[in-house]
Amino acid sequence: MQRKHWISAFATTAGLAIGLLATTAFAQTTVRIAWYSDGNEGEVVSDLLKRFEAQNQDIKVVLDQVPYKAITENLPVQLASGQGPDIARVVDLGGVARYALDMRPYLKDASYWEKNFGPFLPWMRPEGDSSAITGFMTQLTVTGPFVNKTLFEQAGIAMPGAKATWEEWGKAVKAVAEKVQVPFPLAMDRSGHRFFSVAVSEGAKVFDAKGEPAVIDDGFKRAAKLVYDWHNDGVMKKELWGSVSGTAYRGANDEFKNAQVVMYQSGSWQISQFDKTVGDAFDWVAVPSPCGPGGCSGMPGGAGLVAIKTTKHPEAVAKVMDYLASEPVLSEFYARSLFVPGHLGIAAKGLDYKNASPQAKAALKVFSDQVAQLSPVAYRLQGYVNNRVIFNAVISRLGQAISGETTLDEAYKRIESDVAQQIAERKK
Amino acid sequence: MASAETTPRRHGTGAAGLFAAPLALLMRLVDWPMQALQRLIGERRMAYVFILPNLAFFSLFVFLPLVINFVFSVTGGAGLFPSERPYVGAEQYGYLFDCGSYLDPSSCREDHFWRGVANTARFTVFQVTAMVLFSLLTAVVLNMRIRARGFFRAVYFFPVLLSPVVVALTWKWILQRDGLLNAAITSLGGERILFLVDPSWAMFWIVFVSVWAHMGFYTLILLAGLQAIPADLYEAAEMDATPRWRVFWRITLPLLWPNMIVVIVLALIKGVQTFDEVFVLTGGGPGTATVMIVHYIYETAFANQVQNFGLAAAASVVLGVVLFALTLLQLAVSRRKGAA
Repeated sequence: MQRKHWISAFATTAGLAIGLLATTAFAQTTVRIAWYSDGNEGEVVSDLLKRFEAQNQDIKVVLDQVPYKAITENLPVQLASGQGPDIARVVDLGGVARYALDMRPYLKDASYWEKNFGPFLPWMRPEGDSSAITGFMTQLTVTGPFVNKTLFEQAGIAMPGAKATWEEWGKAVKAVAEKVQVPFPLAMDRSGHRFFSVAVSEGAKVFDAKGEPAVIDDGFKRAAKLVYDWHNDGVMKKELWGSVSGTAYRGANDEFKNAQVVMYQSGSWQISQFDKTVGDAFDWVAVPSPCGPGGCSGMPGGAGLVAIKTTKHPEAVAKVMDYLASEPVLSEFYARSLFVPGHLGIAAKGLDYKNASPQAKAALKVFSDQVAQLSPVAYRLQGYVNNRVIFNAVISRLGQAISGETTLDEAYKRIESDVAQQIAERKK
Repeated sequence: MASAETTPRRHGTGAAGLFAAPLALLMRLVDWPMQALQRLIGERRMAYVFILPNLAFFSLFVFLPLVINFVFSVTGGAGLFPSERPYVGAEQYGYLFDCGSYLDPSSCREDHFWRGVANTARFTVFQVTAMVLFSLLTAVVLNMRIRARGFFRAVYFFPVLLSPVVVALTWKWILQRDGLLNAAITSLGGERILFLVDPSWAMFWIVFVSVWAHMGFYTLILLAGLQAIPADLYEAAEMDATPRWRVFWRITLPLLWPNMIVVIVLALIKGVQTFDEVFVLTGGGPGTATVMIVHYIYETAFANQVQNFGLAAAASVVLGVVLFALTLLQLAVSRRKGAA
């Protein structure tokens, strides 16, 4: 009996030791990604990461899918406190850049990144840094209008052509809305990006000769007056720009899907959503950005996947990033999410959006073609580290003028002082 | 009798009995060290031992944040930790109070703060007045011998149980362009009204929704006050054939006054703190017509790219001073009520 006890005690100890060794041997490094979605890209990346985990059993990737507001408002506080994720999908690229990890020492081939993401890398670099590689664009977005073609057909009014001005579009959509009795002739997201696509086309320069922000100029005023007048003439309704205060974002996705909007100034990230939700309820098309004295420019932008420098596992983070940024994986990601590629090699080869409807494919082509039309001012504004300071001041103050609380002249003064005050506060 | 008194008490049966034995054991275990501690520090000081855990939590989650908030209010920059933030003295307070005229928010450097102050003041005056009137009216009716009184008491209290976000979203669906109310108006041949786009309507509806959501709580306080009024006073008035309105003015209202003061002060404090319902319902708009002070603080601290914690903290201190004054008022009123 005594001997049996000894044997069982030995067996138990040995078992525990082997278990402990095995646990140590298969210890996994956990990489956390904070991710928000506009459409189905969360599902797509989740699929891709499962494949990565199968190939790299020593790395576990946790995908925290969070609301957009958590990325814009909570993430900066998390990052400032050093408690953020290892990787984050962000839109305020300049704002988050100071928390970003320069992955060059850990990447398999940094030259691949420079070659394929070159023009977009500066957007994600900390101020004054000209060489760091911190992330890549999960989508390149271009702002631009969607039009409910069916409403134009029902009204018997011809759609303005490719080089039509904003004023011509304003008149046309108002005529359509009156004829077919829909409430919103033109809707524009309450967003700085969307406004500046009009402003840049109207000739806004945004910066002075020294490269400092000089937001209010003739081009800006032309655009602001246009938007202001549209609200007074009924081309735009106050529900988006005039109904809320401060920096609040408002979109008209639901109104567009319900065929209540003739023209919706938004951007390429909506394609997947409209493809799924509008279906064959009506014909919708993306049209080239309307023109003004400054050209026919939209605003570039998008969401970047950025590595965070407080990570405890930079090698594992770089491995995940190398995988996601690799050409076959990223091609699949862009194609399944219906995104305009932010990878030069993929863009040059062209993408086959297999699952897209003909309408979505046509819209993707329009937005991809628009990339060539983007003004250098638009690129510069997108790459400016304090661009959201400008965007937020414009939304807030223009919104006040539109609601009738202030005049446009007062709004201009406030925009200038808001921008100056916030930039000064950041420099303290 | 004697045998019953000397019989040891038995633990209860069932679930109560199940917990009684371990509880008794636990008490016995705690008893010994507590007695030893009491012998060591004396009976009077034991009170501090009992309040210590609560005080520790309170200090950690209330006092410490208050101190941190004050520290932030005298610092500047965009850093998160106080060590990363330069000391700026009263500069943030200076920004807040930099005004041409306090009655004209557009003359102020921080015009949104002053618009928030003006809106909060306006909202509080309307909301407290409406809240007290409707709560009083409802309490008086629910105190009468009406049919299904219990049901109605529950119905009026029900909105208090709802989350402010649920309340605001529900009303948003009712009030928006294609909402329930506009559907009713247009089906009756009326013109659609954009309730949340017109500044006057927006203020009216945030007051209305706030009263609807919180009235049940205040009604309950007033109902308790009404039930505490001695019935013989009403009987005496009835014997004298006193008119009902006179009974209300001469008996009900004076005796209910202490409860009314509590309701007024509580509603006042809640009104000044208002944020969530209004934020979801109107987003502070149209323009800044319904921006409240707390909304301004949130926007300044979190929604801007440069998160200005210093300015937001200074505004929080100003709001804290106002709330502190209101709390002192409530305490004074409660003491007077207790003395009476």
